[in-house]
Amino acid sequence: MSARETILKAITANKPTLVDLPAIDLADVIQYTDLLQQYKTVLQSIGGGTVELQDLNSLKEELEIKKANGDFVVNRVASLGEVEDSIEHLTATDLAAVDTAYLQGTIAVAENGAIWLYESQMGNRLLPFICQHLVIVIEKKKIVPTMHHAYQQIENAKEGFGVFLAGPSKTADIEQSLVIGAHGARSLIVYIVG
Amino acid sequence: MSISKLSHAEAAEQFIKDEPRTDWHDETLWFVRQKRDKAAHGLPEWEKLREWASQIKDHTLSNLDNYLKEFESKAQDNGVIVHWAADGEEHNRIIYDIITHHKIKKIVKSKSMLTEECGLNEFLHAKGIETVDTDLGERIVQFRQEAPSHIVLPAIHLKKQDVSDTFHEHLHTEKGNNDPQYLTEAARQHLREKFIESELAITGVNFAVAETGGFIVCTNEGNADMGAHAAKIHIACMGFEKMIPKAEHLSVFLRLLARSATGQPITTYSSHFHKPREGQEMHIVIVDNGRSRQLGRADFRNSLKCIRCAACFNTCPVYRRSGGHSYHTAVAGPIGSILNPNIDMRANADLPFASTLCGSCSNVCPVKIDIHDQLWKWRQVLVAEGYVDTTKKIGLKGMAFVLARPGLYRFAGKAGRAMMRMFPWLLNNKLNPWYKQREMPAPPKESFRDWYIKNKQQ
Repeated sequence: MSARETILKAITANKPTLVDLPAIDLADVIQYTDLLQQYKTVLQSIGGGTVELQDLNSLKEELEIKKANGDFVVNRVASLGEVEDSIEHLTATDLAAVDTAYLQGTIAVAENGAIWLYESQMGNRLLPFICQHLVIVIEKKKIVPTMHHAYQQIENAKEGFGVFLAGPSKTADIEQSLVIGAHGARSLIVYIVG
Repeated sequence: MSISKLSHAEAAEQFIKDEPRTDWHDETLWFVRQKRDKAAHGLPEWEKLREWASQIKDHTLSNLDNYLKEFESKAQDNGVIVHWAADGEEHNRIIYDIITHHKIKKIVKSKSMLTEECGLNEFLHAKGIETVDTDLGERIVQFRQEAPSHIVLPAIHLKKQDVSDTFHEHLHTEKGNNDPQYLTEAARQHLREKFIESELAITGVNFAVAETGGFIVCTNEGNADMGAHAAKIHIACMGFEKMIPKAEHLSVFLRLLARSATGQPITTYSSHFHKPREGQEMHIVIVDNGRSRQLGRADFRNSLKCIRCAACFNTCPVYRRSGGHSYHTAVAGPIGSILNPNIDMRANADLPFASTLCGSCSNVCPVKIDIHDQLWKWRQVLVAEGYVDTTKKIGLKGMAFVLARPGLYRFAGKAGRAMMRMFPWLLNNKLNPWYKQREMPAPPKESFRDWYIKNKQQ
């Protein structure tokens, strides 16, 4: 008998009587009076920065200056100008040199600062992790209260990969001292537009 | 990775010889516990979330065979290769076969307590294959040829001075520079090289979703993603209890996991893997290794609900003062003490006794595992099966004899109090294990019963 059959047979024999799934009532979960404020406070508490903008003009300028300076930047946000759409086949060595990546987020979660990114928004799965600095643009109206609301709004399995990203990479593995910039991005700035 | 062969009590005795370090370890973990409390109290629905999580896991265990089949079929539709391993040895062999088939030389691994449980690193090392652990804490202990002492904070037993010495030796960092920022940066540079050149990445799995065939990996450092997205082959290893029915249930578990573990609202990265990227090969290894046996033990099956947050470690007065290595198993702490006797009853018979049964572990558990009840139940099983040493057995038998006879109990109490008053040296000496590291309390003048009878009459 294969391991698969052995395991499944043992589970069938040993599992308890079927019990029901609980009903999850969103009326029971925390409500925030000001989603934007809540989001900003939490993201800052986990090492991220926030900037509120009416439109993206100033960010567009910043991006152009970086490009003019010769910084290796990758833009994936349509409203910021030309989008790099041929980064899918770049190698890890290529991408390791990226200074700043600009990505469009789908939704942001007020309770924990997380932003959902689809693979198609990244252009390359490795990009949001390997870049030195990360900038994410999110629409103000796309902030949801909790993870329950978040999963209702995304199709998490629509693409091959997706991530809830909350803040810059960090570690506290040395004597519980918080250090920002473990392996992934050293900084995250979220531009909230609208 | 050397795992101690000493019993919990013997290893703990070594650990507490360094009193300031023991106090520091105790306080550091208590600090993590307090951060957990703050995060939990920030959500009015916290207790409801625990209840939902517990019920979702109960449901999943009661339909696990069907969910695993659904998961397998969806994952295969997504282009993922699914393997099944009855035990640790088979798990290791499956991975070894993939490595040799592709003639892989460079392997990075993110934290997976399952691979620690199966002894994957040692197995591959014996075959001449080196893996690089990429979680910072795991890399530190790997350099030192130690096992992780905590499932979330692998190097929590070490001071920054120790890390500095280790990095000076292996990464040639400046001697005596103990700055965590500096040391982390050195590890970042060192491990970025490893990520970029790696051909194969091994990760764990935090949750596997039956409905979609996807699996979720949570890290703060981003090491699982750096490995998995850079390498041409990704192998994800999971114990079969990682299953949950639907993606919407992730909301409950992701809200609980990081808050319970470190007091963060969520881990930095909660990555949802569904399909290999173009040109990549993705494998999932589903492991039993005793889990189906535990599922059949009605008293202990709840332990399979564990989401490996380590809240029970951080709150446990025994763990905090004895250190993770004293548990001589991959998963230490209270949860390890109820999981490991199932894997090997003889080798781990000491663990359920490494507890005060205070119940703090059960109170913080995000999926409501009755940990301290199970510790107590394991003690009974272990005594009945004859895995407890003779001294303890005689002691327990004697105790049972006295406790079953109220007259004798009262006499023994009175005699004991008198002896302690008249001949304190009889107890305050090295032969009495209760005297180790503590003073015996002053004997009371009378028993509670005597006091009660006297005061009741007044």
